[in-house]
Amino acid sequence: MFTRNARMGAACLFLALVPLGAFAQTKAVRYGFGAPATPGELSKFFSIPPDGRGLPPGSGTAAKGAQVYAQSCTACHGDQLQGNPQKGIGGDRLIGGRGTLATKTPIKTVESYWPFATTLFDYIKRAMPFSAPGSLSDDDVYSVVAYILSQAKIIQPTDTMNATTLARVAMPNRDGFEPDPRPEVQLYR
Amino acid sequence: MSGIPTPKFEDKTERQIDQMVAAEARYLTQRRAQEPDAPRAERRFPAPVPTDRRTFLFAAGSTVGAAAAAVVGSVAQAADQNTPPGAQHFHVAADPTKEQGRPVAGDGGYGSRSQFEAEVRWRFPTANEYSSWSMTPLDKMVGNLTASGLHFERHHGGIPTIDPSTHMLFVHGKVDAPRKFSMVDLKRFPSVTRKHFIECSGNGLTEWNKPTLKTVQGTHGLLSTSEWTGVPFATIAREVGLHEDGAWVLAEGSDAAVMTRSIPLQKMLKDAILAYGQNGEAIRPEQGYPLRLILPGYEGNMHIKWLRRLEVGDQPFMTREETSKYTDLLANGKARQFTFEMEAKSVITFPSGEMKLPGAGFYSITGLAWSGRGRVQSVHVSTDAGKTWYPAHLESVPEPICTIRFSFPWAWDGTPAVLQSRCTDETGYIQPTLAQLIAIRGSNGPFGSIYHLNAIQSWGVDADGGVTNVHA
Repeated sequence: MFTRNARMGAACLFLALVPLGAFAQTKAVRYGFGAPATPGELSKFFSIPPDGRGLPPGSGTAAKGAQVYAQSCTACHGDQLQGNPQKGIGGDRLIGGRGTLATKTPIKTVESYWPFATTLFDYIKRAMPFSAPGSLSDDDVYSVVAYILSQAKIIQPTDTMNATTLARVAMPNRDGFEPDPRPEVQLYR
Repeated sequence: MSGIPTPKFEDKTERQIDQMVAAEARYLTQRRAQEPDAPRAERRFPAPVPTDRRTFLFAAGSTVGAAAAAVVGSVAQAADQNTPPGAQHFHVAADPTKEQGRPVAGDGGYGSRSQFEAEVRWRFPTANEYSSWSMTPLDKMVGNLTASGLHFERHHGGIPTIDPSTHMLFVHGKVDAPRKFSMVDLKRFPSVTRKHFIECSGNGLTEWNKPTLKTVQGTHGLLSTSEWTGVPFATIAREVGLHEDGAWVLAEGSDAAVMTRSIPLQKMLKDAILAYGQNGEAIRPEQGYPLRLILPGYEGNMHIKWLRRLEVGDQPFMTREETSKYTDLLANGKARQFTFEMEAKSVITFPSGEMKLPGAGFYSITGLAWSGRGRVQSVHVSTDAGKTWYPAHLESVPEPICTIRFSFPWAWDGTPAVLQSRCTDETGYIQPTLAQLIAIRGSNGPFGSIYHLNAIQSWGVDADGGVTNVHA
């Protein structure tokens, strides 16, 4: 009897103290599930913030970009980069619209609205062309970015785009954004 | 809204709205054809009781029921063809008490909805059916949760089919130890279960200028509520260790759009969930199977589906969606960025557009209210276009960042009325009128931006009982 009680008492003590005690005495609580992600595994991912970190090696020009554009982009974005070349095709307009943002008919394009050229590279490499996302080589992406920026008169037609020059491109609407000011205090009781 | 000029929307938006109006019109035409006495209030005021199988096909809202079922001798075949999506057709006994029903588990072990229930999402008719969205039929829903099969969708590159046995979540960047987690790994962690709404910040985009779509499915259908189950991001953050200078997290999906959004680390640690469960089962493929990021109260686009990667950084990554798309252009040409929270909003779902009240008398007005900032504190209803407000009854206990169903008893005297609801959340924020919103954001802001319309919705009730979308 005594032994059984002692055992039960010990069991209760164990249940009461050990889980909390064990955690409290451990410096960093980790479950340890999952596995280390190796640099090799992570190398297939990319994300390119405005400072250009993550831009890959390679380069491109507007001249080469015109060819890439004609082959991979015209169908949806139009041969004049005007977007929606025909009814039912919904690619965005890419150039024009500067000076319209404060009017009653704002036109939002890469030229008039996008604040960072790096975003254009990231998005094309990520999700374009629509029919074969992620299929362009890095040189082709640099080239078609150069072509769009050149057609938008943001860079010179002869400029070369690479990991250094792209991050330096000054977009017209770079300062066109402000952080969310909400909540709008007028709407509180 | 006579004081407001009628500017054009951006070309693309104009086209989208035109297409949306056309799609809703097609849907309504179809519905009316199936309901000889339409328009009427779905379910609440049903058509005369069907007397035979053929009549039932009309009433059930089947897509091609009328023509197909009329062909003598092909009724059984037609019935199969016309069973609503998500249902199976079964023989309807003349008296179900006089014969055995279906065998137990004869459905293969996974049930389906009744063949008499036909409500569906309808798709925004973009030419490209991979980058599009579909709307939840709020007018036909009851209670608070959205059936998983009716949860609204917004896709930018179609719905990927992902094998969970090979799916991995990578967590890296400004962390001590980059790690990868399989679905099995993720399910080993302690989980949380929370009910939250998700609303697209484009919900109502057609309604800034003038009443445009006719039904609440069209005006508010980019709203759905589910119970979500998964691992808090905070648990995973502890697992990988965060660097002191981490401030933003990039979330990336594994669809063809490789959708990315930057999220403040503070929000991620506060209440973000890496969800694998929806309403008690695995999350639906259209909702991100096998893994979706849930960011309670934030705009729908940020709840990254098919989640494969989280990268901790010190700055926002300035992705396409958070710069060129989900930003709110104001009258002065500046755009608001990182407008994450979905503010307090409500809408009456009954009576709502395209319904018809059969006559004066008692009606229980009902609808949904929600706030991305917390619990709904109260809902008020007006039947005179906002001149007089009465408190509505909340049908359950408010939960944080979750819809709640409200109701209000209304004795309609048969004269024209304008029905409105107004939500107040626990922060004291009161759902604004459209005029109030435009006064703050500028008369071209909304038309240039389209997002974050949370204004009070008005439904006009005519003397003959017809209900229409109005601005009042």
